[in-house]
Amino acid sequence: MDLFSKQNREVFSNPLNLDNPILVQVLGICSALAVTSQLKPAIVMGLAVTIITAFSNVIISLIRNTIPNRIRIIVQLVVVAALVTIVSQILKAVAYDVSVQLSVYVGLIITNCILMGRLEAFAMTNRPWPSFLDGIGNGLGYALILVTVGAVREFFGRGSLLGFKILPQRFYDAGYMDNGMMTMPAMALILLGCVIWVHRAYFYKEDKK
Amino acid sequence: MSLRNYLDKIRPNFEEGGKLHAFKSVFDGFDSFLYVSSETSRSGVSIHDAIDSKRIMSLVVLALVPAMLFGMYNIGYQNAAAAGKLAEAGCWGMFLYGLLALLPNILVSYIVGLGIEFAWAQWKGEEIQEGYLVSGILIPLIIPVTTPLWILVLAVAFAVIFTKEIFGGTGMNIFNVALAARAFLFFSYPSRMTGDSVWVARDSIFGLGYTLPDGFTMATPLGQIGQGVTVNASLQDMITGLIPGSVGETSVIAIAIGAAILLWTDIASWKTMLSVFLGGTVMGLLFQATGATPVQWYEHLVLGGFCFGAVFMATDPVTSARTETGKWFYGFFIGAMAIIIRVLNPGYPEGMMLAILFGNMFAPLIDYCVVQSNISKRAKRAK
Repeated sequence: MDLFSKQNREVFSNPLNLDNPILVQVLGICSALAVTSQLKPAIVMGLAVTIITAFSNVIISLIRNTIPNRIRIIVQLVVVAALVTIVSQILKAVAYDVSVQLSVYVGLIITNCILMGRLEAFAMTNRPWPSFLDGIGNGLGYALILVTVGAVREFFGRGSLLGFKILPQRFYDAGYMDNGMMTMPAMALILLGCVIWVHRAYFYKEDKK
Repeated sequence: MSLRNYLDKIRPNFEEGGKLHAFKSVFDGFDSFLYVSSETSRSGVSIHDAIDSKRIMSLVVLALVPAMLFGMYNIGYQNAAAAGKLAEAGCWGMFLYGLLALLPNILVSYIVGLGIEFAWAQWKGEEIQEGYLVSGILIPLIIPVTTPLWILVLAVAFAVIFTKEIFGGTGMNIFNVALAARAFLFFSYPSRMTGDSVWVARDSIFGLGYTLPDGFTMATPLGQIGQGVTVNASLQDMITGLIPGSVGETSVIAIAIGAAILLWTDIASWKTMLSVFLGGTVMGLLFQATGATPVQWYEHLVLGGFCFGAVFMATDPVTSARTETGKWFYGFFIGAMAIIIRVLNPGYPEGMMLAILFGNMFAPLIDYCVVQSNISKRAKRAK
């Protein structure tokens, strides 16, 4: 078994670009709008989803042949819920302020469409190692967009990145003002639309036949 | 007709193979702006109105001129009044000051908006659409005169790109473009759009007008109501428009002249206009009867952007309901909603912008319901 065969590399790299869960499959939009008002929660959320997707993929893939078909969704949910609880507890212990900022959205990872989508579409029919790569790839693809949108929103909405003031005071003295709308979810939707717009214009090939 | 001849003479340059072919859309845009195009559709059955949309837009701009001119005068008047030098500032001096204060806003609005439209049309290889002619003059009229220009640039660009062009350009937008620009400003830079320090121009320009002290504040009547302060403007001032506020919205008389032009030329729907006022009246009376607001119902109708919105914004043929019955519901909804927001939401002293955007959103639904009820009514008759 070749761990880094071409096929496995594609399983990992496709979700980063051409099969991105947010940009192409338009999954996980709700949390993408809610947690991206600053960069830090966006990064943490992206990492949390990456870890949970990867390990739930592995676990489901390991037991995929023993799961009765009629109750598979319940089994998947139990696995995901267990992992989400672990991650949520770790966040509370290690990074309490971020976990407060993320509030319910950590718990809501359970209902994140990306997770269920990957479990159903990939882990149920593939071996553990490709499933792991697929989970990491999809999670990172999701995190990539979150970080992009979060960085733009924090920079224009607060003039800072990761909580550090980037714009010097003389900008503000000259009349510059932070854009309040950037901190609202409505602007996240528009920014996300812009990212999809750019992505389709430059990368996405399906429309250009 | 020498201009016509000149246009015809330079036309070959812009045709296929001409050296300026890349600018064909710009040429066509100017040509059809100056002269009614004689081109007709080549296929299908089409009904053509006697005037095309460029002529309609020009008439709306014409109807906005009284409000704009009065707005300029009012800018000067408020500045002089705030400086306490009303007696020495002449009528023309105040008007000229207002003109100079407002002109940069109008220029920026047109240059940025039309620039984006032209560039977009050029990029897509389409004809230049004329929708921005009206939005370009509306935007400076519905914001405070002190709005910084760079913010205005952002708002205009946002409105043109995200509420118009991505929906397919003029005639395809769901939301009123000018109001979208205002909404962007309102939510992005609330400190420059509401409050009591933005409504009066405070710098002297070329020696005209007076420089006001930094701490000077002056709330609009609606702002005073929102803060629970007694309004110090008389009803007469509210109707003539000598109160602080967004540039074009203050004078009921100037807006009435514009309304007369729009109604006489049959461009705006009298049903929409009337029902907005009906909705406002009903809600105003209701709140007055229940004691929820200290404001008389008729004051609600003349204050803030109610009249301006009812006449120039709600009647926008693209974003309003299109069925004749639907226009009644649409207008009533907007009027009622504006007063509800004003009275019940302490955060927003003015509700007309949000009410109209809300109405825009529901217009397709209203149309759908009207059409469906018509269909089922007729289906019953056929049985």
